[in-house]
This record gives sequence, C-alpha cells and structure tokens, in this order.
Amino acid sequence: MKPLEELREPGLLRKLTRRLSSLRIPAPLTLMEVCGTHTMAIHRAGLPALLPRNLRLLSGPGCPVCVTPAEYLDTALAVAREHHVILATFGDMMRVPGATGDLAGLRSEGYPVEVMYSPLGALELARENPQQQVVFLAVGFETTAPTVAATVKSARECGLGNFSILCAHKLIPPALEALLADPEIAVDGFVLPGHVSVVLGSRPYRFVAEKHRRACVITGFEAVDVVQGILMLVAQLERGEPEVEIQYARGVRPEGNARARALMDEVFTVADSTWRGFGPISRSGLRLREEFAQYDASTRFPVKLEAQAEPEGCRCGKVVRGKVEPTECPLFARVCTPDNPVGPCMVSSEGTCAAFYRYSRRERGEKGSGSRLG
Amino acid sequence: MCLGIPMEVVGLVPPDRALVELGNVSMEVSLQLVENVSIGDYVIVHAGFAIEVLDVRAAEETLQLLTELAEAEALMDENETTDGEVAGE
Amino acid sequence: MHRLIREVLLQYLDCPELTPLDDAAEVVGGGERMAFSTDSFVVKPIFYPGGDIGSLAVSGTVNDLLMKGARPAYLSLAFVLEEGFPMADLVRILESIKRTCEQAEVSVVTGDTKVVSRGEADGVFINTAGVGSILPGVNLGGRNARVGDAIIVSGGIGEHGIAVMAERNGLKLGGDIASDAAPLNNVVLPMLERFRGVVHVLRDPTRGGLAASLNEIARASEVGLTVDESLVPVREPVNAVCDLLGFDPLYVPCEGRFLAIVDAKVADEVVTVLRAELNCPRATRIGEVGDASGGLVQLRTASGGRRILDMPAGELLPRIC
Repeated sequence: MKPLEELREPGLLRKLTRRLSSLRIPAPLTLMEVCGTHTMAIHRAGLPALLPRNLRLLSGPGCPVCVTPAEYLDTALAVAREHHVILATFGDMMRVPGATGDLAGLRSEGYPVEVMYSPLGALELARENPQQQVVFLAVGFETTAPTVAATVKSARECGLGNFSILCAHKLIPPALEALLADPEIAVDGFVLPGHVSVVLGSRPYRFVAEKHRRACVITGFEAVDVVQGILMLVAQLERGEPEVEIQYARGVRPEGNARARALMDEVFTVADSTWRGFGPISRSGLRLREEFAQYDASTRFPVKLEAQAEPEGCRCGKVVRGKVEPTECPLFARVCTPDNPVGPCMVSSEGTCAAFYRYSRRERGEKGSGSRLG
Repeated sequence: MCLGIPMEVVGLVPPDRALVELGNVSMEVSLQLVENVSIGDYVIVHAGFAIEVLDVRAAEETLQLLTELAEAEALMDENETTDGEVAGE
Repeated sequence: MHRLIREVLLQYLDCPELTPLDDAAEVVGGGERMAFSTDSFVVKPIFYPGGDIGSLAVSGTVNDLLMKGARPAYLSLAFVLEEGFPMADLVRILESIKRTCEQAEVSVVTGDTKVVSRGEADGVFINTAGVGSILPGVNLGGRNARVGDAIIVSGGIGEHGIAVMAERNGLKLGGDIASDAAPLNNVVLPMLERFRGVVHVLRDPTRGGLAASLNEIARASEVGLTVDESLVPVREPVNAVCDLLGFDPLYVPCEGRFLAIVDAKVADEVVTVLRAELNCPRATRIGEVGDASGGLVQLRTASGGRRILDMPAGELLPRIC
C-alpha cells in the first residue's frame, strides 16, 4: 500500500475539485482554515480559483511563526549575542523579523545558528560540542511540543548539561476560543489542523460545535483531503447539526495520542502566552515544569530587552484573525514582500501573506491567459 | 498543522527508534511518542519522530470514499472539457 | 542576490557582453564566437552522495559553456584553502576534478592556489573559469524564447539539491539519493548539432531550481511561460525528501539537467532523441511559451487550477510546518 501515491492520483483530484466547484451554495458561507500548512496546501493546489460561488475561505492563526511575538526573536538574538551560545532552530524561524534583526542576519554576523530538522538534532549538536551551550528555539503547536518534551527528557536521561530550550509552544484550542469570543468574527465552520489533532484527538474541539455552534472537520493535508474536508463542512452546515468530524481518519483517532500528551504534560505545564495579533491569551502556551528548570534557557541566560512597538501599518494581527485579506494591508506587495518582509505573515513560507503573494497575487489579473498544451 | 509524512517501518532500532522508508528514501526516527510499532506498519513522521501509527484500514476507506465521490462526479458531469479544466468559474 | 547584481554590480560592470546575464558570455576571439564563463563553488558539505565540490567545479562551468552552445575546451582552476585543510580531502577533490575533466573532454590549463589562515575560509573554495567555441549556426540566449515555443526539461529535477540538503541536515538518508551533477557535453553537443537553429534557449537550473530558470527566461524574453505541474519529472526519492523537509521540488537546484526552449514543431522529436539516443530517459515536454504576460510563469496544477510560480524568495530551508 502506498498511501500518498494513491491519494495524489491526478484524475481523482480533478474530479473531486470539479465536485467542489459545482457545489450550489444558497447563502454565503465562510470557512476558516486554522492551520498555516492548510493555507499552503490550498494555494499550492490552485484551489482558491476553484471554489464555488458563495464559499469563502479565510486563514486564521495556526502558523507558529506568525504568532510568535517579535519579543521572542529579540530574546533569542540577545541570548546569542550576550551569552555566546549556539542557537539551534527549525528552518521556519530563520527569517522572522524581530525588532533587532533576524536569525539569518545573526548568522551572517558570525554567530552560530544551526538549522535543525528535528529537536533531536540539537541534542546531538550539544553532545558534539561539549564546550559550548546549545539553545534550541522550541516553537510550534501541539504537534511539535511532544517531540520537544521527549527531547528534553532524553537530555535529562543522559545528563546533558549544555542543552536548553527557549520555549514558545502554543496551544490551538485556547486560540480558537479567543477567536470565537470576538463578536466580529463571522465564521461558519473550521477546517481543523490534522496533525495537531493526531495528538489532541477530537474532544478538545467539542466546545466549538456545542457551545459556539460552528461546524468542524479535522482535515489532512493532501489536496484531496482538503477538498473532502470542505465538502464535509458544507454538508454539515446543510444538515444544520454542528459537530466535530474527522476527515483525516487515517491519522486522527477521537482519543488522540495519549502517550504524546502524557509526555507533553510531564515536561511542560500550561501558562499564559502572548500571540502576535491577539495579545495575551490566558493558558494558551506551555512552559517547562520546575523539575526541568535547568533546561530553561530564559533563566539560564537572562537578557534585558527594550520594549518594542510593532511595525507601523502592519496588519498581521488582523490578517491572522481572518479580519482582513492580505490585499487590504497597506504594506502588502508594496513595502512588504517575501524578499523584504515586515511582519511574520509574509516571512513564514506558510504565512497568509506569503502564500497569497506567491500563489494567487496575480491571479486576479490573469484570467483566461495562456495557450493549450500540444 | 505541520508537515507529517506517512513512512513504512522497515526495521526496529532498539531501544526506541525505527528505520522508516518512503519512495526509496530511508531514515531513522524516534518511537518515543508511539507504542506497539511493528515492521510493516506505517507511521506519520514529524520532526524526526513517529507521532502516530497510520490506520491503514481508515486510509483505505478514505480512498474508497473519495473514489466513489469522484466516480459519481464523473457520471454527473456532462460538460467535461477535453483537458479537464473546470467549465466556467 | 538578483538585486545585488542588478542594483550594485551592474552599476560598475556593464558592457554589451555582460548585459544578457546568460550562463556564459559570448565574446569574439580571433574572429571566432566564443563562450566564456566563471563560477565559484562554496558548497557545504564538500562531499555528498553522488559528488563533491571538485566534480561540481568542473561540471558547473562546463555546463554553463554548453548552455551558450559552446564546445568547452579550457578551464582555469583556483583554490582558496583554509590552513589545516586535510591533504587527504584535497587529494580526493583533485582526483574527482581529473575524472570530471576527462568526462567533459576539457583541460585545466592554468590555475592558482592560496592558503589563508584558519577561520578565513570555510575549508575550501574553488573558482573555475572556462572557454570554448560556439558551434556555428547556434544562437542561444535567455532573450531568445519565442511565443509558441515548447519547454523541455532533460530529466528528473531536484536531485543535486536534495542530496546536498540531506547530507547537510544529517538526515542520513539511505537509498536512492545522489546528486545529478555531471558534465552534459555528450548530451548537449549532439543535440545542438542535430537541431541547430531551432533550439532557442538552454538553461541549467542550478540555484533556485526550475522556478528560477523559468522566471529568468520569462523576464529576459518578455514572454509568459506555462508549465503543466504533473508533467515535470520528479523521481520518487526526491519527492519523498521534499515531502519530509517541506520543499517544493520546483525550487530545488539541479546540476546535471537543462531546460530547452525549442521551436514547437521539433519539440517532440527533440524529446525522442534525448530519450532514445542521448541517455536522458526522463526528458519531457512540460509546457509552452505563451503570449506576453509580462514575464509571468504559471503552473497548471494537478487539481485543474492554476498558480503563479514566483522567483524563489531566499535560501531553501527545511520546515516543520
């Protein structure tokens, strides 16, 4: 069995998108994809141009880079400059702008910044460089937090003294709660993140359907998954009985992954956290528990930062909330481009503005162009 | 969210790692987040970890359902253009 | 990088031979049309599956000359070595250079070696420059794409970039991953001899991958290019690593492949010859040059939609999200 190959069969996708395009939707519906990886998948498949009339797709929060406050970057930069550590980071973070620069800039200044595919790589880096301190930038949602928890545990088990993390993990359900508390948000249903849900299962989202009466479908990331997820949401809304359905059944069980959650719980505890564009949301982030305090880089390598204001004109906060489209931001494609990003929505390769810029920006002016092949 | 790819378990590396493979590419991943993994299973790989064992039956059911939806669509669609592009927009 | 070149370097260095910014410059020497090219090689790691910085240094410049329709003849070779660079590694690199020169039928006729203090160079940097005569009747350049032309790619994309990226990230990927870097003289020269005049552009998609090359040609020729995403050949292992690390194969560098923009009437024949006679089993016609859309590159996606394929924004970085 070759799971991906079969799901990517082009004929299958084309027929399914035709079904999506030919949906008759009587009254305008707005769906929100919560996850940046969904935004990328949708744009990369060229789906926005194929949506039926009366169906709008918004991009909400769900890009850990987008919602990491500039202060976190500035802290990382300061830790490297003042304490001469090796910074280890996921590639996604390299070009995120803090107020004092970005990691790519830091590296070009000569400070050691290593890009990691896995947090375990940072452990290995620490083992290979016993004379130096390695600080891992722990960013990501509930998909990634268990992997970092497992890594921290491993560090303790082998008594590694030169490894620590700067923790900025955040949690999705509290963000959904905050979104739904905003009376201006008019979203009928949510495309919920597939891999976060591998860990969480479906129960943590029940309040969205039960308390807030919004349709929910936990969706995978192949183009056919996304199309099916949208079809399921529309059907759910037609039935008028909001619930949390699982489209991504091959990966998500209703009870989620208890072992991953237990590891997360062993190493981290819930804390208040600041989200770019939202401000502080209570109990929406993670921090290391006391027993693991020695792995907390923020206490091992304290730095003092000046308070910095967000860039002027930047609408990332509203874009992330789905309140404005990238094109409604005065900086979009003028001052703020992938080469010269102002806020994280443009920097992150999955940020709403970057995805929009790369995949659809000129679509609006380009209908019916190009000749046929052969 | 996040990149997670299904890969086939082709070897176990005690105490808690496995050799996984996709498209002739193999790598080692940590099994710290999953249990009862056997050779031949598929796991979802994220950041060097297996985060779940793929439910193969559910995968087949999804594929089956999608295929049926697609077939139904093909039958219904009388205005199919020759290169498969969506008629009208 | 493009801005650095356009806005800074060209302010000081502009001349007619440089302006087209093709892979190699066309110059006149002794009444003959020649191609002249240079490239510096700083790849890390220096040894990766399928190759090393030495073989790359030869094939990189050789291929740039071939993209201008020249028979590569002579190379210069300059080393900048960091003090303490292991002799065994240098020997390995030299052996590789020697082998690749034989494959490419070129000679290194002049060179230079400098040693700098520890910390002033990252191991080893290599520069090669090359020169060769342009085949008579052949006129290739980024500005030569014409509306109606067909776009052909010579084989599976992304293999070099993936091999280097896998090695660099310590992914320890077993299996079928190897750089495709190789001199293309045995493919390009026979092809040009056979299809003189109807091949308009050749480009090797190195940094920035196919996407960068397509965009460069679209801009230089002021045409729109449309490519069928599902026709672009990508071998399974490359797709797998791209899935894992979050890359789009269209942006991953190749080193032993080329794009050809040819008269549509001969396109299918070119593909047949490439596959049957010139050892390019995956050569494929992938798209066409459309009417002027201001240098736009579009993709017909597998879903039946379209998307814009922009110039790459920066360094290829592995993602988790």
